[in-house]
Amino acid sequence: MSEHIEEIHVGGTTGTFAKVWIALLAMTGVEVLLAYEQVPTMIMLTALLGLSIVKAALIIAYFMHLKFEKLSLFLTLFPMLIFCIILMLVFLGDATRIPHMRPGF
Amino acid sequence: MSSQSSVAPSLWEGGRSPYATNSKKFGMWLFIISDSLTFSTMLFAYTYSRVTNPDWPKPFDFSPAIIFSTVMTFCLLSSSLTMVMAVHAMNHGNRKATVRWILATMVGGAAFVVLHTSEWLKLINVEGVTPFKNPWGVPLFGGTFFALTGLHMTHVICGLIYLAIVATGIARGKFKAEDVEVSGLYWHFVDLVWMFIFPLVYLMSARVG
Repeated sequence: MSEHIEEIHVGGTTGTFAKVWIALLAMTGVEVLLAYEQVPTMIMLTALLGLSIVKAALIIAYFMHLKFEKLSLFLTLFPMLIFCIILMLVFLGDATRIPHMRPGF
Repeated sequence: MSSQSSVAPSLWEGGRSPYATNSKKFGMWLFIISDSLTFSTMLFAYTYSRVTNPDWPKPFDFSPAIIFSTVMTFCLLSSSLTMVMAVHAMNHGNRKATVRWILATMVGGAAFVVLHTSEWLKLINVEGVTPFKNPWGVPLFGGTFFALTGLHMTHVICGLIYLAIVATGIARGKFKAEDVEVSGLYWHFVDLVWMFIFPLVYLMSARVG
């Protein structure tokens, strides 16, 4: 019976989880350091978003166990989520135009 | 009889269980995907409001506000680790350890809620920020900030109630390993959302010196 349980829950030992946790803390530390150094806005935004996506991927893969699930689960859920989120960028052009349309700018 | 039904071949590869997961877990995944779209919409709304207002306020001093929110991040990240340990313990059939790890997770979550509430109260009472007005003349800041962090805090509080129910059930001998895993999925998602709110809302509005 115990062998059967081991079989189902392959991957992810407590050591791995601790390493992932340390990596997440380290990346948070880098983010806070970037804020303290007052890096130019666009570089800051790119770096923060990049780090956040890596952190999200680590949480999803290891903590949420998706790395050890069937690939079909990932393929059903994530491509459309990523596509929908990218579609939301459609309005960015309007957002950047509004300040220039105001009187006095 | 039972062995016969369990070895009955499926008609096509993966036809019986295409995701090789139970329906509770798949249901939670679907909820998480739809909830991520809600949160990403709100983050985009915050970002667009910020882009349209070049005089967007930077209300968070590095000390104490940013240090404060970093501690909150630490609480939430660590509670995610303890939740993973709870799932791990339950997979090995150790109910006592599972309850202890879930309680540790709840302590982390409760610390987050307490710290976040005190930060809100400071913004509301000391700085005079409400969803409709603030001293910096950009009312959208309050609206988007409170909507986004408020929805997230609602999720954390719901998560605490959810975990309390699961922990009580586990202690009484109810629930299976998969139930702990499903509650863990929800908790990690709450942590994941904060991994985007913290940099985009707090760190991008940090004020040093």
